[in-house]
Amino acid sequence: MSRPKQLFRNLNAKIASIPMILTAVVIFVGGTAWTVVHSFTNSRLLPRLNFIGLAQYERLWTTPRWLISIENLLIYGSLSLIFSLLVGFILAALLDQKIRFEDTFRTIFLYPFALSFVVTGLVWQWLLNPDFGVQSVVRSMGWESFTFNPLYDKDLVIYGILFAGLWQGTGLVMCLMLAGLRGIDEDVWKAARVDGIPMWKTYLFIVIPMMRPVFVTTLVIIASGVVRVYDLVVAQTSGGPALASEVPAKYVYDYMFAAQNLGQGFAASTMMLLTVAIIIVPWAYLEFGRRR
Amino acid sequence: MRYKILTAAFAAAVSSPFAAPASAADLEVAHWWTSGGEAAAVAELAKAFDATGNKWVDAAIAGAGNTARPIMVSRITGGDPMAAFQFNTGRQAEELIEAGLLRDLTDVATKENWAQVIRPASLLEGCTVDGKIYCVVVNIHSWQWLWLSNKAFADAGVPVPTNWDEFVAAAPALEAAGKIPLAIGGQPWQTTGAFNVLIPAIAGKDVFLKVYKDHDAEAAAGPEIAKVFKAADDARRMSAKSNVQDWNQATNLVITGQAGGQIMGDWAQGEFQVAGQVAGKDYTCLPGLGVNELISTGGDSFYFPKLDDPEKTAAQDVLASTMLSPTTQVAFNLKKGSVPVRGDVDLAAANDCMKKGLEILASGNIIPDTNQLNTEDTNNQLNDLFVEFFKTPTLTPEEAQKRFAAIIAAAD
Repeated sequence: MSRPKQLFRNLNAKIASIPMILTAVVIFVGGTAWTVVHSFTNSRLLPRLNFIGLAQYERLWTTPRWLISIENLLIYGSLSLIFSLLVGFILAALLDQKIRFEDTFRTIFLYPFALSFVVTGLVWQWLLNPDFGVQSVVRSMGWESFTFNPLYDKDLVIYGILFAGLWQGTGLVMCLMLAGLRGIDEDVWKAARVDGIPMWKTYLFIVIPMMRPVFVTTLVIIASGVVRVYDLVVAQTSGGPALASEVPAKYVYDYMFAAQNLGQGFAASTMMLLTVAIIIVPWAYLEFGRRR
Repeated sequence: MRYKILTAAFAAAVSSPFAAPASAADLEVAHWWTSGGEAAAVAELAKAFDATGNKWVDAAIAGAGNTARPIMVSRITGGDPMAAFQFNTGRQAEELIEAGLLRDLTDVATKENWAQVIRPASLLEGCTVDGKIYCVVVNIHSWQWLWLSNKAFADAGVPVPTNWDEFVAAAPALEAAGKIPLAIGGQPWQTTGAFNVLIPAIAGKDVFLKVYKDHDAEAAAGPEIAKVFKAADDARRMSAKSNVQDWNQATNLVITGQAGGQIMGDWAQGEFQVAGQVAGKDYTCLPGLGVNELISTGGDSFYFPKLDDPEKTAAQDVLASTMLSPTTQVAFNLKKGSVPVRGDVDLAAANDCMKKGLEILASGNIIPDTNQLNTEDTNNQLNDLFVEFFKTPTLTPEEAQKRFAAIIAAAD
């Protein structure tokens, strides 16, 4: 007898949230399901329900370009996780030392985050261009043989993109970390000082474990950003030289639209969804599952 | 630059409704002709259409077909079609026609007798689905040209080559003189294009048709194509130092004598013309790489999406017939560097290179364009393969040929 009451309790709020629920169900869940279903078809320019089993996936995993994209994503992803967490935390810890002009520094470090990936990509394309970037500046100062040309070197290009990505994103990580550090009770620090524990040990063994939720949230933000990296690559290298800086999101776009092969693009985007699910599901389980 | 053009295109599209004359219609025409020679050519079409009392609203999308096509397709499938759009002649619009999104132009075509005036007949076949005609072919473009800078060879102290082998042999001399022997831009379609030109030149027309028309994987893995890959290996070495992106930047290297040559379609001709160069004196053109004189009959076609407004629909018919009228054909194609689709026009103004092309066309030594034979999917896979091949010296011709054969085997 209590069930209908539950349903109609707070009715206004429930009605008000109907549009958002519909959006979530129809657009996100529905769109995702539609994409997954069509990834098993041979749709070309227009979606068609002509099922061909796993053929799109078989083709995907034998395509050299997709394999290069995955490899690049792994390099870019793991390094940008490590470095943005490391650098972001160190910057936050330094800012937390009650220094002067903290606001100024924080603004400076966070500023790149205000730029879009497209602008970031273009700026770093120019900075790393051998003809008018860092290389030409150093050469004009007299070091004629200086060579610094990462964007035109197949083995280095992904690190050139990584650097631009870190430059853009580390400020945000720093701010999240700083918020986490500010959340640590002053008394913890006092107690550590009374016990004579050195500062680095306090950070490593007391503060960081206490900041676990902040770290997990940051990790998810960085990881989801990594999986969908696209605009940065397009603006900086458009995938070149050759296919050396291709990423999965670019494969999806190119095959869905330029190659007029929706089936192949959908198969690739389903694989990306799977990657995100692998990241998000354990996190959601850890964060929300425990509380029950 | 790219964004500037786009913004201008959008601005033009947005501002157009307010400038409409009362009776005639404004038609938004989408295309990707943005280089100097191309823009001059498209202005001729616009001029001719404006003269009919209607208004050409230019919607140029910069960045070549691979960028422009998705934008056009998404506008059509999204229910906001432009009045006309350009695709390459071939299979690119196949599914849009099947889905019934494009207008059937058969009435205009029979009235103006396209079947008689358009030559070669294979061009109109590309527009025909189930006996109905869906597009206007505006020009014939051929890929099979080697453009050589006379200045570069003079600087290097070697005579201007007359065929591909002599060109390969002259490469060391060019390099010694500080020139890039072969200019190829970084855009993937350019490397694929160069390879597709090497196939008929080295292996012959029959092998080309076997591989691309019949999608015969055995021929693609065979010894004839192996020779083509060897030639592509030469081309790779000769182009190693060209670090430009766009095709017209590569052409510019040839125009300024910094590069020896470029394998590029006859649209490059427009760039030489804009730069004021004279065929035979400043530059030399070798159809079929000077080995096997043939040309492909690709090109550009305009398609007309179905519109609700009857006035605009009527104006679409006017635009279609304007594009094919003899005067427009000559004016447009001279600027574009391509050949008119009508056999009955006077081309006294054509230069040496264009005359060579016309002769080959008349002799009937023609092949279909890869766009007419392959789907965009296959072309993209080829792009991925060749851009990697040309930029990766460690990828052997044998390994690349294996991948090539696999793509051809899967093509439909």
